[in-house]
Amino acid sequence: MGHFLLHTLYALVRQPGRPVHVLKQIRFIGAKSLFVIVLTAGFTGMVLGLQGYYTLAKFGSDGLLGAVVSLSLIRELGPVLSALMVTGRAGSAITAEIGIMRISEQIDAMETMALDPFKYLVSPKFIAAMISLPLLCAIFDVVGIYGGWLVGVKLLGVNPGSYFTEMYRSVEWKDVWSGMVKSFSFGIIIAWVGCYKGYYAGHGAEGVSKATTESVVLASVLVLVWDYFLTSILL
Amino acid sequence: MIELINIHKAFGSQTVLNGLNLKVPAGTTTAVIGPSGEGKSVMLKHMIGLLTPDQGEVLVDGTSILGLGRVELNRIREKFAMVFQNAALFDSMTVYENVAFPLEEKTNLSRDEISSRVETALLEVGLKNVYQKYPDELSGGMKKRVGLARGLLLEPQIVLFDEPTTGLDPVIRRAIHQLIKETQAKFGFTAVIVSHDIPDIFEVAHHIAMLYRGEILQFGTPEEIQGSDHPVVRQFISGSLDGPINSGVA
Repeated sequence: MGHFLLHTLYALVRQPGRPVHVLKQIRFIGAKSLFVIVLTAGFTGMVLGLQGYYTLAKFGSDGLLGAVVSLSLIRELGPVLSALMVTGRAGSAITAEIGIMRISEQIDAMETMALDPFKYLVSPKFIAAMISLPLLCAIFDVVGIYGGWLVGVKLLGVNPGSYFTEMYRSVEWKDVWSGMVKSFSFGIIIAWVGCYKGYYAGHGAEGVSKATTESVVLASVLVLVWDYFLTSILL
Repeated sequence: MIELINIHKAFGSQTVLNGLNLKVPAGTTTAVIGPSGEGKSVMLKHMIGLLTPDQGEVLVDGTSILGLGRVELNRIREKFAMVFQNAALFDSMTVYENVAFPLEEKTNLSRDEISSRVETALLEVGLKNVYQKYPDELSGGMKKRVGLARGLLLEPQIVLFDEPTTGLDPVIRRAIHQLIKETQAKFGFTAVIVSHDIPDIFEVAHHIAMLYRGEILQFGTPEEIQGSDHPVVRQFISGSLDGPINSGVA
């Protein structure tokens, strides 16, 4: 896997692929994940609003709800949950697509034309994932914060002024920046695992199916493990 | 010229090629025949560096392709085209996009020039009005023709055909053979065809190589192979059920 990543990074520098291929992948990995990201973000923010309100209310601090919801989302839940959603939706599809191309000799055909499959198949997906994940995370954060606002302010009666004022006061640029760094690195993990598993998929439909499952499991675990180490560095 | 010298290849415990030697004469058509599962496609993939042997040497125009970096190997591959058994068309691209792909990626031709060359290439293999179709909308014979058009577009010096007529009806099979024969005569490339089509292949190839148990058992002109006394060769070309191939004793 390490060699695969090095080859990809080399390909990214030397032959990053045509912009049209990258845009196509941004559409697939990014734009087509929007619905699931917005849906997940909305309900995540709402449940955070609900849980946060009842916990903070015990200490008479329900005015801090905006800070709790926004910090939880921006630092952790936004990057991690958006990455897990993209892993399930796009990571699996990346593996299946490349895996099917592998078993049907389409990748061999590309190689016999003296064309590097990394340039056409792998590099565009890496670039697209590195661009899309931070953007999806930003959308996740915003939608989630409004989800928390909907429950906290509109349903449970938290002061609307304090919800946003506490958020502005507690969230620093460093928090936003660390969330973006996490998302960027999760994008690399999703593309790396997805492409690798597809590229080395076993024989037949069973091989592709196994590779797809392994891709989702491995990428999800790596996202969570890497999140811990990155958090310990960025905090 | 392509030369395979003492090629050994095994996948796990299964030995596929066992000291195979073959010289493919330049500018002619060589057909590799032999029972199924004997490693003909594996041998073909060694010629273009898709597989590397466990032991042995692969020479293309006198240059060893083993141990070459990607850039050097690609320079050698520029000479080749390969037509795969299942055509290996890019299934997310239309017929036009499939054929145009190598031109778009490897030349600086204008869009109009590419379009004109793609149309000519498709017409040469007898295809029209299929440009916007996807591979899964084509018949097996049409896919093979598109694969052939894509392969020949960059005017290769060597063309490898991996069972180009498998699964096709006799008429289409004959048409594909005729097409290979005509294009080889027209462009003068070196062709290697892996095939089971006895006796049709004798009309297409200048040389026949019989592969059996990981080795080239016999190499010669179609007449020499048809007149061979070797029991394995005789049984294979006659299609007889009785003989060393079934009994496993050569």
